Amino acid sequence: MVQPLNYLHESAAQTAGPYVHIGLAPGAAGFDIYRNELGRDIAGPDAPGERIRVEGVVIDGTGAAVKDVLLEVWQADAAGIYPHPEDPRFADVAPGFRGWGRVITDFDTGLWSFDTIKPGSVMGRNARRMAPHINVWIVARGINIGLNTRMYFEDEDNATDPVLNLIEQPPRRETLIARKVKPGLYRFDIRLQGDGETVFLDI
Amino acid sequence: MKPAEFYQRDRLRQPPALTPDYKTSVARSPRLAMLSLQGSMSEITGPTFGHSDIDPIDNDLIRNYAKTGDPVGERIIVHGRVLDENGRGVPNTLVEIWQANAGGRYRHKKDTYLAPIDPNFGGCGRTLTDEQGYYYFRTIKPGAYPWRNWVNNWRPAHIHVSVFGTSFSQRLITQMYFEGDPLIAKCPIVNTIPDPRAIEQLIAPLDMNAAVPLDSLAYKFDIVLRGRRSTLFENRLEGN
Repeated sequence: MVQPLNYLHESAAQTAGPYVHIGLAPGAAGFDIYRNELGRDIAGPDAPGERIRVEGVVIDGTGAAVKDVLLEVWQADAAGIYPHPEDPRFADVAPGFRGWGRVITDFDTGLWSFDTIKPGSVMGRNARRMAPHINVWIVARGINIGLNTRMYFEDEDNATDPVLNLIEQPPRRETLIARKVKPGLYRFDIRLQGDGETVFLDI
Repeated sequence: MKPAEFYQRDRLRQPPALTPDYKTSVARSPRLAMLSLQGSMSEITGPTFGHSDIDPIDNDLIRNYAKTGDPVGERIIVHGRVLDENGRGVPNTLVEIWQANAGGRYRHKKDTYLAPIDPNFGGCGRTLTDEQGYYYFRTIKPGAYPWRNWVNNWRPAHIHVSVFGTSFSQRLITQMYFEGDPLIAKCPIVNTIPDPRAIEQLIAPLDMNAAVPLDSLAYKFDIVLRGRRSTLFENRLEGN
């Protein structure tokens, strides 16, 4: 006999379902209940940095847009500081910068977009700097546990990014890189399955 | 001691992406393996929330959308703690819930089930845990409802629960079920979870100690988020 290892176990995830908007974005479900819906303003008006918009579609294995998907994004400010007390530079984070957003789709087309500032690069593990990126978490009906991925920018130097370089097949790295449509606008489509399947992360 | 990485997510207790009996998962599940990533600053941080983000009434679903009176249905309290795998309460974390009304109908423009909308019930709530990780909602027990999967599938009564924790890698959405509901065992969504013990962990027991006499029954639902190491040892996050 040995002593029991009495850790608790993480609760199992369940799909967010088709009505996730009721809980997380009730305005999109069609009713007004909260004074303040959360996650609508990622950067705030005063944070310095390049103002950008990111748009895209989440695509299923049949090639159809996932119209009821909900995304959350988490990013550093333009100086690469996360608004979280465990970031060593937390005290210097940009004023009013939340870094977190909740992104819903147009129910007719599945197109989503969000406005933010372009993040700076962040120090990664073992002093290897990570290229600027936005962390993305995806939930929807039919997704049993939230999917994590990252979005990088094609106009940044991604060549030495330690996470992109962990991806064994170089062509798959491209699935994490947003295309620049025009100055200030990036396109990031996420493919859940099949040709060009996005790399998802077990973080 | 400086906190470090989170414990590896136990994928044997979590639902896999592809679960054919839950049909919608078939076209929405990645087929390639995920890339396992050790935590960096991007994963061990996450959004924080404060009392200025929400209002005190937000956790009272009996009152937060009431127009002409109270909503119809069985009045209940749902309460418990948000814990990590080390058994520590997770303080000041945002808990959001949403649910159908007593008849099993959601207030959502995409829900067309024939049960009626309740004019006094919105179906969502949110709160922050206290310093011990405790949270509390007052609501109406949701009804079961049919859904298109097999011809005659019914969801057990459930409340959707969204929790943040302290980092983006703890982010979790799950569903709470009610003790004694015979529909739980028949539900293809519940059965996406491969481990029966993990299913039991989502079933809230009736909690008569928390019930309010002549007013409300109560169910207790503890939510466990990933735990984390407390020392760094060789695993340096930043080479410092």
